[in-house]
Amino acid sequence: MINAAQVGFGAAILAGVVLAIIGHPGPQDLPAPVTTASPSKPQGFVLKSVSVELPTSDITFPGGAAADAINANCLSCHSAGMVLTQPDLAKATWAAEVDKMIHAFKAPIDQANATAIVDYLSETKGAK
Amino acid sequence: MRKSTTTTRRSFLGQAGAGGLALVSGSAWADTTVELPLPGGPRERALTTAFPQKATMILQRTRPPLLETPFEVFDRGVFTPNDQFYVRWHWAVIPTEIDVASFRLSVSGHVDKPLSLTLNDIVDGLPRVELAAVNQCSGNSRGFSQPSVAGAQWANGAMGNARWMGVRLKDVLDRAGVKPGALQARFAGLDQPVVDGAPKFMKSLALDHARDGEVMIAYAMNGEQLPLLNGFPLRLVVPGWYSTYWVKMLDRIEVLATPDENFWTKNAYLIPDTPGADMTPGQAGVKMVPINRMVPRSFVTNLKDGATIKAGAATALRGIAFGGAAGVKSVDISLDNGVNWRPTMLGSDEGKYSFRQWQTDITPPAGAVTVMVRCTNSDGLAQPKTMNWNPTGFMHNAIESLHLTAA
Ligand code: HEC
Repeated sequence: MINAAQVGFGAAILAGVVLAIIGHPGPQDLPAPVTTASPSKPQGFVLKSVSVELPTSDITFPGGAAADAINANCLSCHSAGMVLTQPDLAKATWAAEVDKMIHAFKAPIDQANATAIVDYLSETKGAK
Repeated sequence: MRKSTTTTRRSFLGQAGAGGLALVSGSAWADTTVELPLPGGPRERALTTAFPQKATMILQRTRPPLLETPFEVFDRGVFTPNDQFYVRWHWAVIPTEIDVASFRLSVSGHVDKPLSLTLNDIVDGLPRVELAAVNQCSGNSRGFSQPSVAGAQWANGAMGNARWMGVRLKDVLDRAGVKPGALQARFAGLDQPVVDGAPKFMKSLALDHARDGEVMIAYAMNGEQLPLLNGFPLRLVVPGWYSTYWVKMLDRIEVLATPDENFWTKNAYLIPDTPGADMTPGQAGVKMVPINRMVPRSFVTNLKDGATIKAGAATALRGIAFGGAAGVKSVDISLDNGVNWRPTMLGSDEGKYSFRQWQTDITPPAGAVTVMVRCTNSDGLAQPKTMNWNPTGFMHNAIESLHLTAA
């Protein structure tokens, strides 16, 4: 069931403006649950094999040579977005993160690279 | 604080389609972005349609995927569509092909009779149950932590509500015959760590919880098989508990006679053992415990923070709420910074673990107005006024405030 409140909201979205809701819906006008779930038949739910492709990311860390260590060591388990979306954090927090990658998650990173990575992170994403 | 998802004007215009929210995008990588109002930044995220079985999602991380549900989806109904249900994986080795004929779920460990179940054994061989339940990431809303903390910088869209269909975990465990002395059941899926020796993602539940008759193994959500990225073909459903326990692509259950020592159970997903999982930054000596039951939350879904409404005229307000580990008792709003509260009208009850819609209207005079919305659950637990803090940004559920201008 599509009701006035939903149509009003859809129209507002369409216009890209917020949001003079049309009308004044009463309690019975709450949007109907949008669901494909029909009460299940007791038998006959059939699962189908699935084959998909997952997108990859070729984003690297900016900064030229200063980013060499992070690009060489921080892109194998997760794409750069994991780090690039992080807020600015204290240098000690970045050091703890790199340490966690090495010790908890078994990232094979030597001390020199770990230091370079922490420096890069506190340079580019350090809490001021 | 602004907490609703704001979509840039350009992206809204780009998205406008016949379905209102059905997003139209030419390229796989949508050329639109969304601004998440995260105080610690960065705020901009791509909107993407590049992921299989998924419509437009907010891209938090490509590999392994972290995809957030655009907040306006929650206004469309009490159930979150599968193709916009959020996605969250820990390790990047995720099978992309699953053959339903050869898939097996094993049950092993401290049992009389180890099992290797086919999907047919599960779908046709065990009683079918259905339950509406909210699935919410432990770190939903982490991006609002102040001071900021590391981890996926979600806004409020790492949650969703679905009608799950499957079998009771209890029935599966009973078929294997749990031996006396068993303590926990441990769950693992088909995903694997990227490097040797790294901790495979696994989670455990106390055996009594696992056998409570509510914990399910789901093979369908909202009437359809699960999208691969939401855990096809089987996913654990732990009603009222955070999603970390809802193991995806579940293919292994071990019954343990000794406490689970694996990294993800013992060292990760810990919260301070304090009311509301709240502590102060740097506080020492805080006892940490595994995250567990969810707490109540509520949101306005039909208006965005910063919107202008008509002064002196009734404006409809509506949204969703959930009680966490109990049902929604009430959803109240306040227009005076939490001094006075008045109830809203609740929508149909889809079960105590489900989202529940609420609705009311406000008629503010000209000027600024802040709307606070608060859910109280049937255990009497209400959302707190101030946001909790802990070093992993878990269990946020403070009262949301929406800043409007009546003109
Ligand atoms: C061996 C695999 C591996 C490598 C290499 C790796 N990480 Fe991680 N990283 C992980 C895992 C696993 C997580 C948790 C993923 C999740 O929760 O989705 C993670 C999460 C993170 C997070 C989020 C915060 C947190 O603690 O969960 C940050 C930030 C991060 N990594 C930074 C880095 C940096 C910087 C590097 C390079 C020094 C790096 N990672 C290299 C495996 C790795």
